[in-house]
Amino acid sequence: MKKLIALLVTAILCLTAFAALAEVKIGAVMLGDETEGYTLAHINGIKEAAEKLGIEVLWKYKVPEDQTCYDSALDLIGQGCNLIVSNSYGHQSYMALAAEEFPDVTFLAMTGDFAALSGLDNLKNAFTRIYESRYVSGVVAGMKLAELLETGELSPEKQPNSFDADGNVKIGYVGAFSYAEVVSGYTAFFLGIRSIVPNVAMEVMYTNSWCDIDKEGAAAEALISKGCVIIGQHADSTGAPAATQKLHDAGNVCYSVGYNVDMLPTAPSAALTSATNVWAVCYTELFSAMQNGEALPSDWAKGYDDGAVAITELGSSCAAGTAEKVAEVEAALRDGTLNVFDTSTFTVNGETVTSVPCDMTIMDFATNSVLYAGETYEGIVDGAFKESTFRCAPYFALRIDGIVEDVE
Amino acid sequence: MNKTAVHEPLVRVIKRDTISLKKKLLIRACAIIFALIIDAVFIYFVTGLNPLGVYQAMIRGTFSTKMRFSWAMRDLASLLLIGIALAPAFRMHFWNIGAEGQVLMGALATAAVMIYYGGRVPSWMLYSAMLAASIFAGALWGFIPAWFKAHFNTNETLFTLMMNYVAIQLVSCSVTIWRGQASSLGKLNVKTKAGWFPSIWGQRYTINLIVVAILTVAMYCYLRYSKHGYEISVVGESENTARYAGINVKHVIIRTMILSGALAGLTGFLIVGGRDQAISTGTAGGNGFTAIIVAWLAKFNTFIMALISFLLIFLEKGAAEIASTYNLNDFASDIIAGIILFCILGSEFFIHYQAVFRGHADKEVC
Repeated sequence: MKKLIALLVTAILCLTAFAALAEVKIGAVMLGDETEGYTLAHINGIKEAAEKLGIEVLWKYKVPEDQTCYDSALDLIGQGCNLIVSNSYGHQSYMALAAEEFPDVTFLAMTGDFAALSGLDNLKNAFTRIYESRYVSGVVAGMKLAELLETGELSPEKQPNSFDADGNVKIGYVGAFSYAEVVSGYTAFFLGIRSIVPNVAMEVMYTNSWCDIDKEGAAAEALISKGCVIIGQHADSTGAPAATQKLHDAGNVCYSVGYNVDMLPTAPSAALTSATNVWAVCYTELFSAMQNGEALPSDWAKGYDDGAVAITELGSSCAAGTAEKVAEVEAALRDGTLNVFDTSTFTVNGETVTSVPCDMTIMDFATNSVLYAGETYEGIVDGAFKESTFRCAPYFALRIDGIVEDVE
Repeated sequence: MNKTAVHEPLVRVIKRDTISLKKKLLIRACAIIFALIIDAVFIYFVTGLNPLGVYQAMIRGTFSTKMRFSWAMRDLASLLLIGIALAPAFRMHFWNIGAEGQVLMGALATAAVMIYYGGRVPSWMLYSAMLAASIFAGALWGFIPAWFKAHFNTNETLFTLMMNYVAIQLVSCSVTIWRGQASSLGKLNVKTKAGWFPSIWGQRYTINLIVVAILTVAMYCYLRYSKHGYEISVVGESENTARYAGINVKHVIIRTMILSGALAGLTGFLIVGGRDQAISTGTAGGNGFTAIIVAWLAKFNTFIMALISFLLIFLEKGAAEIASTYNLNDFASDIIAGIILFCILGSEFFIHYQAVFRGHADKEVC
């Protein structure tokens, strides 16, 4: 009997608790499906958050960045969704169109950059401070590099190709597109490595696609044949780690640092770790705000401090002491004693950067006209570049010394 | 004579001379029922779902809301218009595999006019320029292979196919230039909406539907009742006969391909102005190839083309809805739609041919 009463009371409590929450139904517009690392990470994050909060989700997979995105959003609204989430940058402009027409529905354009400027109250952006975990993944690579140099496995005598004329160790990076999000990421990665091994030089190769397994593999191979010892990436497939593993097995000294997903299944002995977003943190916070009837922020950007970014499991090839070093760096990022873009750690054209005007204006490059006018902020505050502060999407676009971009 | 020499196989396949409408419909109905049965087996044993529920989801893809039906009509319009564009070429037995490229060139020309002249000239002038540019670009992409075919007898199948890739690369290159430092181009002229079709009855693509309806009738009459249509048929059946009858074959080939390309280019204009207001290598979306099936199955009858386009769009929307409702990988839902299409295409065989069993030869019409 007691049990029954207890059960009843719990049930009533649950019901009243739910009654107090606003009804939220999520429509998820995904660029890919579960076969693609980037979208898989989002799917898992949304599922985890929705299950925790008891929210229903309707899905649209493989939605390209075109009119299909707008159609999908409208179709989901027709099925009763009141929060539409899209996961690719290119979805944003279509989400904005739908947001104009449906003021009662909230649109969350992940990784987007103009929600705050658009004048639409129901369009939101969110992005993690992924550059923080890229920095940490750089530290992991740096530790490995230091070990290779110390044990003599990597030396100018044995691998003359892996050192440039100034004696810097060569590093490679497979990037998707030449724009701020990627620049911010590779710079953080490079600074992470350089915090351990000061004499390094990095070359960035672009694939001009977010996900192209063949091009990413080819770029990694080209970089390794030029002598690069570490291959970082900002592209969605397993192409680069797979190519690195192949050449690693063939006797080259080369290791891979991945993105989004754990690359150890693809590259068991060549993968060190991957920088990753913990989307569940972001989605849980935003979905529960919706449930509580709170307005979502126009820009949501969080990092290590809230557990929104991380690195994946360390591979067996990682240097001894890596885990300890990682914990130390992560703690420093959390308590704010370490700034990824500390101006004392890099130079541009040989000079320390003291001022960076950051113009938030969004341009329509096709007609060279202003799409959304934004303010210009001073990027350097207290000796460090303030990334993801004026908006959530990255805007660090300085090309610092030590990194060369391949221009096709 | 040895008995085995006259041994008759169990089943022989012979061409039908005529077939009654009733029988035709019966064969098609059987094909659909057969497809639904195979699908039910696939759905039940492979995906473990209830087939009836899946079929309902498939119907919902097009019919559950007014908006979905309206989108189905919009997508049907693009597919059907490309089919209409292909009809005269295929009627002439000119294998125009290049509709995809012709559409893309029309779309590219439209987008270029929108970008460079949007907001700078009066809108009537902008729309006229978009229309003219798209038709010219599509016609050019049709003219080039036709000219080579007429003068050097080059293989038009390969030529038009290759022209697709040239068009795709041109679009890809232009998009890369236009997107500048952004990672994608997105909608064109978002701020000014210059070159976007006006909204009629709540939709920008209403104009597309009207144009396609008119051209469906016009192309039907052109092929069936005009002198041009007659010439196209004769050239298609036999070039020698055409020459003997005093038809200028080269002239007809080039003229017809310009028409075919121009209509495909026009489709590009309608897609960019009325449907997408954007351009990418996926603007034609493979419809340039799907439309070949549409044109062939309908035997170039544009009204039947409309029905077949509808079937294809229905299957496509249905497959997407199945994938979304049941959280299925879209490969599985494509298989479900594919089986239906396969059976319907397969039924064409039984409409044109019949199987004759041993001992029933007396029924054969000689």
